[in-house]
Amino acid sequence: MDRIERIFNKCRDENRAALIIFVSCGFPNLPTSEEAIERAIAAGADIIELGMPFSDPMADGPVICASSHTALQNGANIQNVLELAARVRSKHPEVGLVLFSYMNVIFHYGIDALCAELKRIGTDGVLAVDLPLEERGELMCACRDNGLHLVPLVSPATDRAREEQITKDATGFVYYVSVRGATGVRDALPEDLSARVEELRQISPVPVAVGFGIAGGDSARGVAQIADGVVVGSAFVKKFFGEQSMEEKLASAQALVAELSANMRKLA
Amino acid sequence: MNTHYGIYGGQYVSETLMSALFELEREFFAAKEDPAFWKELDDLLVNYVGRETPLYFAKRLTEYCGGAKIFLKREDLNHTGAHKVNNTLGQALLARRMGKRKLIAETGAGMHGVATATVAALFGMECEVYMGSLDVQRQAPNVERMHALGANVRSISDGSATLKDAMNQALRDWTACSEDTFYLIGTCAGPYPYPMIVREFQSVIGKESRRQILEKTGSLPAEVIACVGGGSNAIGIFAGFDQDKDVRLVGVEAGGCGVETGKHAASICGGCVGILHGAKSYLLQDDFGQILETHSVSAGLDYPGVGPEHAFMSDLGAAKYVSINDDEAVAAFDLLARLEGILPALESSHAVAQAIKNAPNYDATQSIIVNLSGRGDKDMDNIRRYKESRKNEG
Repeated sequence: MDRIERIFNKCRDENRAALIIFVSCGFPNLPTSEEAIERAIAAGADIIELGMPFSDPMADGPVICASSHTALQNGANIQNVLELAARVRSKHPEVGLVLFSYMNVIFHYGIDALCAELKRIGTDGVLAVDLPLEERGELMCACRDNGLHLVPLVSPATDRAREEQITKDATGFVYYVSVRGATGVRDALPEDLSARVEELRQISPVPVAVGFGIAGGDSARGVAQIADGVVVGSAFVKKFFGEQSMEEKLASAQALVAELSANMRKLA
Repeated sequence: MNTHYGIYGGQYVSETLMSALFELEREFFAAKEDPAFWKELDDLLVNYVGRETPLYFAKRLTEYCGGAKIFLKREDLNHTGAHKVNNTLGQALLARRMGKRKLIAETGAGMHGVATATVAALFGMECEVYMGSLDVQRQAPNVERMHALGANVRSISDGSATLKDAMNQALRDWTACSEDTFYLIGTCAGPYPYPMIVREFQSVIGKESRRQILEKTGSLPAEVIACVGGGSNAIGIFAGFDQDKDVRLVGVEAGGCGVETGKHAASICGGCVGILHGAKSYLLQDDFGQILETHSVSAGLDYPGVGPEHAFMSDLGAAKYVSINDDEAVAAFDLLARLEGILPALESSHAVAQAIKNAPNYDATQSIIVNLSGRGDKDMDNIRRYKESRKNEG
């Protein structure tokens, strides 16, 4: 059985949502982000989104913009992020790994070459935030050829007919963007979130993960009740800003993941 | 609907923006078929902008160069001093038709920002202009103009703090507010349908030019030359001649310190294919697909990408793209000022410089049209500083 499918099945058996943590690779530097992944896994992350930074992150809010900028200044590139992914895979055979980036990084590497390399490393999938249904053909073919999942995004602005088109051929999981706008923590999630996610779960042949705007344990608990997976990015990356020592930052990021993980259980 | 130009263009945006792009496409086609829409736009172009703009025979420049007669399409005489207003008026009318109450726009040098603030004032709409914090410093007079016109200027300090970062932020914010806000893109880049919309509203330049040159000379020009940053003035004038196989279309990119130095903004001449701001086109990027910072003496050409239709036309050979470096552009500025009493924008000076190079290739029975896309008053400080720095180097 496919690894992503196994993860969601296991979570269902354990009566909880899967916890997906976005890591800004190379922020604040490559070794620290690799350690951040270790801590996230230790604290209960089921799937890691390996955020490969792009110079022009037009779908991201201030936290991930700033982390991407610093990561690139400190030498992150697709080559060393793939090497990092390979090391994570060899240490953690059961953790889901999804490369998360913008299309230019993928296109410039070469769509077929990148998918072949991701397969070789043992990555499970790819997510390109600026690749809607209309443009996804080439990457989707390359993903299929290499046994990778192309994780599609659905947003509050997506209508039902389009949701059906987007999810029709989906494998792995579908990512529901909970809010309009860029990534980043929000004070409150939309009121109709539960209804929208329920509708999407009815339509989608694969599990639905919900991300964008989740701040911490409380909002994660709410989302875990309605979704198959909960994605947390900015709140995790945010822990690596500020004046504390690196060890304190890592500990605080790990504590956040532990808190999130404790809130994944389905209560009903 | 075909959203691509060959392999270029497309809609590489987040899923959240797709519904806004569909709405825009639908409303644009509806407006395009509505005579009342064009009647109002044409009336404003005449009575508010001051169209049509003259096609001026630059006699002394022609004599100086020797060869083809050089004609200048005087877009610098438009209200707000550049071709940008052709597009902002069209898009603002579209925005009003769509019931949007607010305009947002990105700007580099500030000309598109001023043209957007102008039409927002004209239509009583709210306006916010995104501008890189470096550009806010470099282009202070245009920031003042936008404020005077009632616009809010939002200074963006992310990334390189220039035009591309302003555009990132505008796209980001539009994702959250597209229900009541219209994103007025200033050049023929961005996701479909923007390149098509901008071309449509700028094509008035080409239509007028073609008719005017036939009236004045009885024949079509040998060449049409325009500067290319994102490429809106070029696509506008090229549109008038796209069926004329014998007219050579020339797009002039910003060569900065020279394309070979890496310090330039010539995406077609010195870049490679990639995806930025919603479209596939030629881009300046590093070995890992990260977008590079650009360099040009002209702030309006200082952009790491180019409109997808230009990328397509370049591959097809339908237009030829060349580069003019900073020194050549500044020399052309001086020459046009002294010979014709016209101060061209530094952007347009690139096109003038190319015409000076190409005119001797033809004889006096032939003609060249240069799109003089904007006026140079805004550049006086930049030119003085540039000359001082060159003098200190020498």
